[in-house]
Amino acid sequence: MDLFDILGPVMVGPSSSHTAGAARIGLITRLLLGAEPAQARIGLFGSFQKTYKGHGTDKALIGGLLGMAVDDERLRDSLRIAGERGLQYSFYNAEARDAHPNTVIMDVDGVDGRHICVKAASVGGGEIVVEAINGLEAGFTGHENTLVVTQKDAKGMIAQISSILSANALNIATMKVFRRSVGGEAMVIIELDGNAEPGLLECLEKMPGIYHVAYVAGKTEGY
Amino acid sequence: MRTFADFLRDAAKYGTLGAAALHWQAKQDGFSEDEHIARMRSRLQVMRDSAKAGLSPNLRSVSGMVGGQAALMNAPEQLGRFGLLGKAGAYALSIAEYNACMGKIVAAPTAGSCGILPGALLAAQEQDGFSDDELIMALFAAAGVGRIIALQATVSGAEGGCQAECGAAAAMAASALVQLYGGTPEMASHACAFALMNMLGLVCDPVQGLVEVPCVYRNVGGVSQALSAAQMALSGIASPIPSDEMILAMKQVGDMLPACLRETGEGGCAACRSVCGK
Repeated sequence: MDLFDILGPVMVGPSSSHTAGAARIGLITRLLLGAEPAQARIGLFGSFQKTYKGHGTDKALIGGLLGMAVDDERLRDSLRIAGERGLQYSFYNAEARDAHPNTVIMDVDGVDGRHICVKAASVGGGEIVVEAINGLEAGFTGHENTLVVTQKDAKGMIAQISSILSANALNIATMKVFRRSVGGEAMVIIELDGNAEPGLLECLEKMPGIYHVAYVAGKTEGY
Repeated sequence: MRTFADFLRDAAKYGTLGAAALHWQAKQDGFSEDEHIARMRSRLQVMRDSAKAGLSPNLRSVSGMVGGQAALMNAPEQLGRFGLLGKAGAYALSIAEYNACMGKIVAAPTAGSCGILPGALLAAQEQDGFSDDELIMALFAAAGVGRIIALQATVSGAEGGCQAECGAAAAMAASALVQLYGGTPEMASHACAFALMNMLGLVCDPVQGLVEVPCVYRNVGGVSQALSAAQMALSGIASPIPSDEMILAMKQVGDMLPACLRETGEGGCAACRSVCGK
């Protein structure tokens, strides 16, 4: 914990968990989708469900989806801006027995037809955890620069990905791998020490067997 | 630097709590002290902008319960009557209301308690002409105090009640004021202890679960506690209980609070018939 965690984040109020954390979840979902969102179906759990209007959680989630950061003053008007940018959205009450009280599940379609389902929790002080992506366990905080690669579960894939990273002088801080089935879709989540350049992401995306590459830059301004 | 005792040892080496905190931060992450000062200067600017914006009489929160009331407190008649306390209270309310109205603020240490520290410092600057550089070093002192409270106890209302959020903010503001007015680091430590002592036991009881009632008014209360704690310390009054012990006492009280008084919106003010919506 550093001094700017105490005097920060710089954020649009009123609540670090219900507003700033929600905006961050929206923004990360946009980055994971990797496209302009066209449609979003958003399920709210627990405390999010009960107090979202008064905390502007809805505006924060939509604002984040539209690319706004936690300190972006347009968050206040994001529902109107969503209309202007052609983002259709709906909210519903979600239920789960063991979910963190500030949990949201977002099904988002991009203008390119890609679909993503992100389940995330706002765990306090603007901190968040992305719990699942498309039903696969994720478990990252977005604190560090995070690379999320969806690929075919095949021999040597992970070795190839890590060799590309090392060729770009990027050190892997942590790495998690999940798969839906043997030989099916797999996901690797890599936290990096350095910053991944756009060229590297393109290079990864072109690799045979890789379906999608998303990059979530770690906490920067506002924090 | 995990305790106030550590903090005082470093302050003896670097001159002030603020200088010690800044040095510590620069050692942590490799950015230079100048870069951290620039970062803090931009936070000070956000604080100042939010204090101004929150004075608009037309602001309303989403629920409509708060907003526009800081303008009333900021009336010349009230400021003439209540002096530094009046100005600090008006700014604390202004920033807290701006937060409730989806304005841009600096969490200090949380969004719910964001008015206390800037309210105290901006009012002191207006009255006594402190420079921005002096305010920035006072903000470093405050951040150092807040970090120790967060490490030893908590600054989350859901964990420790309002004594942890507004209490920490008041302790941070009290220490920062002592540094600003030329008191010693030991005096700043006493101010921290007094603020925590006088906020001890305060529960977190947001009406309808929103950061509005009583939160925005607790920011006004918190800034008055900060000013009084600073006044006691600057007068040479020593807290019989050192700040490190007060921080642990605050944690113990927080641990004893039932869940209904820790941000669940069930007890205290939240249960009052006129506002609970039931």
